[in-house]
Amino acid sequence: MYIGMKKSFQICLGFEQLAEPTETSFIIKSMKDIIDQCTNTIRVAAKHKTPLRIRGGGSKDFYGNNINENSSDILGVTSYTGIVDYDPTELVMTARTGTPLANLEAELRMHNQMLGFEPPHFGPGATLGGCVASGLSGPRRAFVGAIRDFVLGVRMLDGKGNDLHFGGQVMKNVAGYDISRLMTGSMGTLGLLLEISLKVLPLPPIELTLRMQMEEATAIEKMNQWAGKPLPISATCFYDNKLTLRLSGAESAVRAAYTKLGGEEISDGLGFWDSIREQTHTFFRSDKSLWRLSVKSSIPPLQLPGQQLIEWGGALRWFICGENMDIDANTVRSATSSVGGNATLFRNNKQSVSVFHPPGSEMIEIYRRIKEKFDPVGILNPSRMYREL
Amino acid sequence: MRPLELVNNLRIFLPPDLVLYETEDLRPYECDGLSAYRQTPMIVVLPRTEEEVIRILRVCYASKTPVVARGAGTGLSGGALPHSKGILLSLAKLKRILEIDSVARTARVQPGVRNLAISEAVATYGLYYAPDPSSQIACSIGGNVAENAGGVHCLKYGLTVHNILKLRVMTIEGKCLEIGGTCLDTPGYDLLALMTGSEGMLGIVTEITVKLIPKPEKAQVVMAAFDDIRKACDAVANVIGAGIIPAGMEMMDKIATHAVEKYVHAGYNLEAEAILLCESDGTTEEVMDEIQRINEIMKKSNAIDIRTSNNETERLKFWAGRKAAFPAAGRVSPDYYCMDGTIPRKHLARVLGGIEKLSIEYGLRCMNVFHAGDGNLHPLILYDANQPGELKKTEEFGAKILEMCIQVGGTITGEHGVGIEKINQMCSQFKTGELEIFHAVKAAFDPDGLLNPGKAVPTLRRCAEHGAMHVHRNEEKFPDLPRF
Repeated sequence: MYIGMKKSFQICLGFEQLAEPTETSFIIKSMKDIIDQCTNTIRVAAKHKTPLRIRGGGSKDFYGNNINENSSDILGVTSYTGIVDYDPTELVMTARTGTPLANLEAELRMHNQMLGFEPPHFGPGATLGGCVASGLSGPRRAFVGAIRDFVLGVRMLDGKGNDLHFGGQVMKNVAGYDISRLMTGSMGTLGLLLEISLKVLPLPPIELTLRMQMEEATAIEKMNQWAGKPLPISATCFYDNKLTLRLSGAESAVRAAYTKLGGEEISDGLGFWDSIREQTHTFFRSDKSLWRLSVKSSIPPLQLPGQQLIEWGGALRWFICGENMDIDANTVRSATSSVGGNATLFRNNKQSVSVFHPPGSEMIEIYRRIKEKFDPVGILNPSRMYREL
Repeated sequence: MRPLELVNNLRIFLPPDLVLYETEDLRPYECDGLSAYRQTPMIVVLPRTEEEVIRILRVCYASKTPVVARGAGTGLSGGALPHSKGILLSLAKLKRILEIDSVARTARVQPGVRNLAISEAVATYGLYYAPDPSSQIACSIGGNVAENAGGVHCLKYGLTVHNILKLRVMTIEGKCLEIGGTCLDTPGYDLLALMTGSEGMLGIVTEITVKLIPKPEKAQVVMAAFDDIRKACDAVANVIGAGIIPAGMEMMDKIATHAVEKYVHAGYNLEAEAILLCESDGTTEEVMDEIQRINEIMKKSNAIDIRTSNNETERLKFWAGRKAAFPAAGRVSPDYYCMDGTIPRKHLARVLGGIEKLSIEYGLRCMNVFHAGDGNLHPLILYDANQPGELKKTEEFGAKILEMCIQVGGTITGEHGVGIEKINQMCSQFKTGELEIFHAVKAAFDPDGLLNPGKAVPTLRRCAEHGAMHVHRNEEKFPDLPRF
């Protein structure tokens, strides 16, 4: 494998001591070399207290608090690629974190399998590492489970450069604390993920998307009512007085549910759910702040000035403030926390507020202590999640 | 602090009958479901409210007294084994179901509520709580969280960690943490996952919000018999490979079917080397479709006998034998040793073959009944403790089984927990670096190491012998509870 001496690779390969980058290519002898070099990079950074910005394909650069790009070096594992182990009858895939998410999904599809949590890519470069570190799940989440529900094991380097394995390749495992899930969604603040084992699922035999006209309050009521019945619903989306549902499963079951639920069948279901997952749908085409509001599914319509798109059976509400209007972050946050939810400033953080809903002081203290144990010098993605971490 | 001084401090806010310290009062608390390990605690406290839990923890924190939490005491790895110089904190009196939200499909309960009581309370809404550990009629939801309890249906419906939404946790310092939420995700580190299965080492759970799911319309089970255990293992892979996730997929070998058939008359094929129980649940249409496909797969996998339950009575009858396997082991042998390893399914035939070889080598019979769908083995080594040297041989045999599990990429415990029982085997599974992280996480929550000291994670210098669940003459602490 040939790698050009770009800055990110130099850092990863531990050549930061070289005064002048040269055009020389470097042959990576083995995957082990990549790990050795990353370990070295982390150790050198820890010694010099140089912050490291962990980055895969860069598709989720927009997510999380800004890191000062000038005072941090990039640590990347995009060259650490490949599937380590995948046997479809095991329902488990282990892959290196630099592997493009698209490659993993293509391989799974060849065996009629999928990532059950339907992760958003947000760009062609999305890697497995970024997917797990950001902890984001797609439309199927409320019905099948979140990414953290599918992570079975991780291999990682902590802030001291220790090569660690947690969890494993089996569904049931209660030996030791669940560090694999702790790593999921930790935004690279606790370690550099190297390999991940994920539970995978069979592709449903058929999927059908149907749509019905409805008002917001009724839609929320219906989504909750149906989720309490044994129906093969695998995604919901409410926008512009239309409720769109996806049914997945055996053909007989899907047809029977369609008869029960009614509505109009949509021909391009695949394209529609892709536009929701990847945020290419009209609703998301805005440069105003995009808020991600996580609430109890049955909460009635949230009164906020602007547009909303509702996913996950009512539990996920995307909010964009209306044109010519402005809304203070605190207003959005108090509106969601008053109903027991939380608000993330997902995109276009123009107010430079904390992207993630601030936790209480007791909680931040526990977070801080955990961070300190994994990354004593505080070099891994400092403040990407919270300023205190 | 001396015991009596501590008792007095606790009695400031607790009535005398809820602070026990006389030897005869302490006796019932000296062990949990793993009765081979016994220890009398210094004091037992039975708080009735969260506020009382906080005050107890503050007393313990100030006096540096160890605290061991206990739910229903049905655990199989000695996680609730008391500390001789500590307080045993029983959460049995916190047993109220606080709120049922039938629309959002959640229930907020106290830790002492029994697992099955939740499903019973919400049955009227057509909902239930999915994880069903075999002890579900007695075990408490707080204990389930501490152990990340599973059950027969976890291949499809997940473990405790997949089915809880929110916890209220009291730290040893007496502070309250609200972890997770009634929404589907909360920002920050996933402490909900960290707490689940942490065996009372990080905090005391005082409230749990669980997820409820709709009861399936229908359930049916296929019972397939095989003349070779390897064919049965292949059938498991073939079902999964065909894109079916059964609600449950259990295997029993010949020793097991012979042992249970005598008592349960489930109608198992006694000629077979192994039988598989494969359950489908869901909507009527889904089940019809899946059962037909399962039947075809079993045929193609060369099953010698295939039967499908035609009604609920028959379904329960097929399951009855599987559920009676542990007690049956106790009837056919003076003693048995139960292991709890999980392996990748593709190594099932290899590991079962290895167990058979070891069985011949050690001259001890081994009965296999297990969750084949998720590769969770429960080998029961049959032996007689009265024969000199047989226990030692059994322990060695068991240790080799667990080593095999680790060798093929598996784990030393799938669902029973580490507790005190497998504390030494943790050293076989993890390296120093990982154990250090576990200790560091513990220290982040409990800097003085007062919560359940000596359990779940071994100290670095303690990496020595192996252990296993030891049941003498079928004298389990809860002999009536099904174990599967």
